[in-house]
Amino acid sequence: MVRIIDRRFDSKNKSAVNRQRFIRRFKKQIRRAVSDAIRDRSIRDLDNGEHISIPARDLSEPNFQHGHGGVREQVFSGNDQFSSGDLIGRPPGGGGGGKGSGKASKDGEGEDDFVFHLSREEFLDIFFDDLALPNLVRTQLARITDYKTQRAGHSADGSPANINIVRSMRGALGRRLALGSPFAARLRELQRELETVIANGGEDCIEADELREEIARLRAKIEAIPFIDSFDLRYNNRIKVPKPTTQAVMFCVMDVSGSMDEGKKATGKRFFMLLYLFLIRTYEHIDVVFIRHHTVAKEVDEEEFFHSRESGGTVVSSALELMESVIRERYSSGDWNIYGAQASDGDNWDNDSPICRDLLDKGILPWVQYFAYIEITPGEPQNLWREYEKLLGAHANFAMQRIDDPAQIYPVFRELFKKSLA
Amino acid sequence: MKRRAVKPQALPDTSEWTFEAIERYHEEITRVANSYGLDTYPVQIEIITAEQMMDAYASVGMPVNYHHWSFGKHFLSTEKGYRRGQMGLAYEIVINSNPCIAYLMEENTLTMQALVIAHAAYGHNSFFKGNYLFRTWTNADAIIDYLLFARNFISQCEQRHGEAEVEFFLDSCHALMNLGVDRYRRPQKLSLAKEAMRQREREDYLQSQVNELWRTLPSAEVRPDRLHEKLFPPEPEENLLYFIEKHAPLLEPWQREIVRIIRKIAQYFFPQRQTQVMNEGWATFWHYTILNHLYDEGLLGDSFMLEFLQSHTNVVLQPSYNERWYNGINPYALGFAMWQDIKRICEHPTDEDRRWFPEIAGSNWLETFDFAMRNFKDESFIAQYLSPTVMRNFRMFAILDDDKQDKMKVSAIHDDSGYRRVREILSEQYNLGSREPNIQVWSVDLRGDRSITLRYQPYRRRPLADSADQVMKHFARLWGFTVRLESINDDGRVELLQETRTEKRHGHRIDEDA
Repeated sequence: MVRIIDRRFDSKNKSAVNRQRFIRRFKKQIRRAVSDAIRDRSIRDLDNGEHISIPARDLSEPNFQHGHGGVREQVFSGNDQFSSGDLIGRPPGGGGGGKGSGKASKDGEGEDDFVFHLSREEFLDIFFDDLALPNLVRTQLARITDYKTQRAGHSADGSPANINIVRSMRGALGRRLALGSPFAARLRELQRELETVIANGGEDCIEADELREEIARLRAKIEAIPFIDSFDLRYNNRIKVPKPTTQAVMFCVMDVSGSMDEGKKATGKRFFMLLYLFLIRTYEHIDVVFIRHHTVAKEVDEEEFFHSRESGGTVVSSALELMESVIRERYSSGDWNIYGAQASDGDNWDNDSPICRDLLDKGILPWVQYFAYIEITPGEPQNLWREYEKLLGAHANFAMQRIDDPAQIYPVFRELFKKSLA
Repeated sequence: MKRRAVKPQALPDTSEWTFEAIERYHEEITRVANSYGLDTYPVQIEIITAEQMMDAYASVGMPVNYHHWSFGKHFLSTEKGYRRGQMGLAYEIVINSNPCIAYLMEENTLTMQALVIAHAAYGHNSFFKGNYLFRTWTNADAIIDYLLFARNFISQCEQRHGEAEVEFFLDSCHALMNLGVDRYRRPQKLSLAKEAMRQREREDYLQSQVNELWRTLPSAEVRPDRLHEKLFPPEPEENLLYFIEKHAPLLEPWQREIVRIIRKIAQYFFPQRQTQVMNEGWATFWHYTILNHLYDEGLLGDSFMLEFLQSHTNVVLQPSYNERWYNGINPYALGFAMWQDIKRICEHPTDEDRRWFPEIAGSNWLETFDFAMRNFKDESFIAQYLSPTVMRNFRMFAILDDDKQDKMKVSAIHDDSGYRRVREILSEQYNLGSREPNIQVWSVDLRGDRSITLRYQPYRRRPLADSADQVMKHFARLWGFTVRLESINDDGRVELLQETRTEKRHGHRIDEDA
């Protein structure tokens, strides 16, 4: 006898565990591929997963096999030209026919990379693996400030304004039916009896009167069941749920003076991008404010921020002043989590650096969740660096780092935003 | 003969399948299969989605399996190929178990479902039940239970010893999986109850055996000159995993059990690797025969037959050597042609057939089939039954490629002088013994550094592929001490191919993620 079993609705992802194990096993390679991918993305392009390719030899499952060489004798099909004893030259590269038996190439050199698709979630998970902003925990606790009310079924008590009429009436009807039904049944019975009595003994016999009396009593009892009782009342239930503030603003501040070449800007871009990637995972809504400066600062859009060139001297304080005023004008309500990221080659007009420090110290750092500064320079620390260093002890939400080539971006990022959950 | 009371009604002829339709088809297919005397396990048909089919692919077709990253890798590559439309999924997977489980994919048309039922649930099923290799090496009653036991055991190990530890260990076992089978010994039957009950016992026993073997204090009276006389193992051991399970000095009991599990699973799949041509050919022959039989009875519509014949033709297509999609001899095509040909020889033998196959020419084809199906594997099946007709139809020719010669040579073609030679070469091609490297445990230095030596016996001077280095590292991890790989050449000369020295007891990691 045959058994036909419909398994289509059984657990689907039997391989999910194996897939996770695969990803965990090759995390190193996958992570490398992920950071390569970042380089080519726009700062806000995060809605896609990524095609990851891993060198096939890294994930080979070796076993003993015959290599090339020695004597091989094989049967082929479709002879169209050969007779016994014919000598044939070896086909180049095993193509065309000759001796290829569909085996993989000789030593892994020619093997294709193993390519697979990482979903967006997996992509970001790997990227942010053990990464969190220092003040994140605090932010998460602090951001539960707003409440909103939402429906949560019905309850038996509440304020009259919340009475749910349909529910209450339905309950009342049910109750009336339930309480009245024994009487109603008895009533029907008596009425039938009355009819037979009348048929037998005429309208006015004594039995009929007795029955009529009893019927009247029952009617009264049924009438006496209250139409609506406080027991029937149902109220719409509303509960308060905490509403997380899920918005953040990110300030990207970059020096675009003549000394910042394209390479340095590209490094800066990656730095901003990484911060953005992190924020978007934590916050529902993110504003990004791009501020570029040379001797004067200007708020611009992303395109202009990264791609247009300016030249001239550098006055960093102009940018910080602009940032401060933007915060005050637009983001001072307390609903915003403010993050700042500044990239510069450290070159500044000498007298300006102490002003910058002061601005940060009093005007910016008290308001922001986190402010990170990177100095992109191969050489000695510049004066801005030295001034900023003085802030390090006083503000836990300030960090700075020096990098000199794009390869350092990722480690620097991890260093800057390393978990500090103590 | 029982006469059918009612003239059978035609079977549903839509392309969408329904459960009722599948049941009707199954009923008729069973009837025909029984009339041909196919002996099968009870059938269990399971309808699954494409996604689940990919899951099944990834775990080597088994409904339960332990977890390992390599299955995830296979899943990912199957998924990629399928999503991009580069490859279709197989129409069916059938499991050698009792009852025999056949998966039907939801996306298949009704025609395909019928084809799959005939192919898998009757063709493969009867082969699993009848063929001597499957009867000897596998136990259809217990395999699902055993895999369940294996999965539970391995996840227990993961909990106790950490996933990474178990994973690396499994990697090493997998590397030696092909050499974890007995080719000549008869295996013990698997059974869940027995396994679970005896597992503890075995752990203790094994450990005590090993300790005996590796007793560090030599008895005083052993004379040094006698030491060399005693070779261990006394005879070379072909089953590497078995040898490790029994004799590796440093393995924990749970590790020995895992080695055993991998070895058992390898052994379970061993017959399938040896009967591809026969098995696929057999199943193809039967779906073809059964469905044609139903058509002749008037139960199947023409549109059904057209769709069926189209898929059937695709399956048994044999491209020529110079076509782009040539990928060796197609086992479906060869197997199907051979079974068809055997039937022809039984029913309508020519003079040539009588000369070549006096014992089967003109015999009852069903009996001949039954005998052939039960008693052969690919290698012997081809050697026994490949007829000149099939060789001519395939236009077979053999090429000798000797790396010491400048040119390759056509050693034989499909003519009178070449038939036997072609047949011999093709048969050899399916001999696992020559297809896979022959590597055996040669000796263990019991009194010295506990190193182990493997010997590779090259087949026709073929060298080992470079992957051998990696495999030896895995072997070293399992053995725990120095491992050596030697090759013994035709002239008896022994050459050291590879040596992996290790003294570390634990945490010996091979550069997995370098």
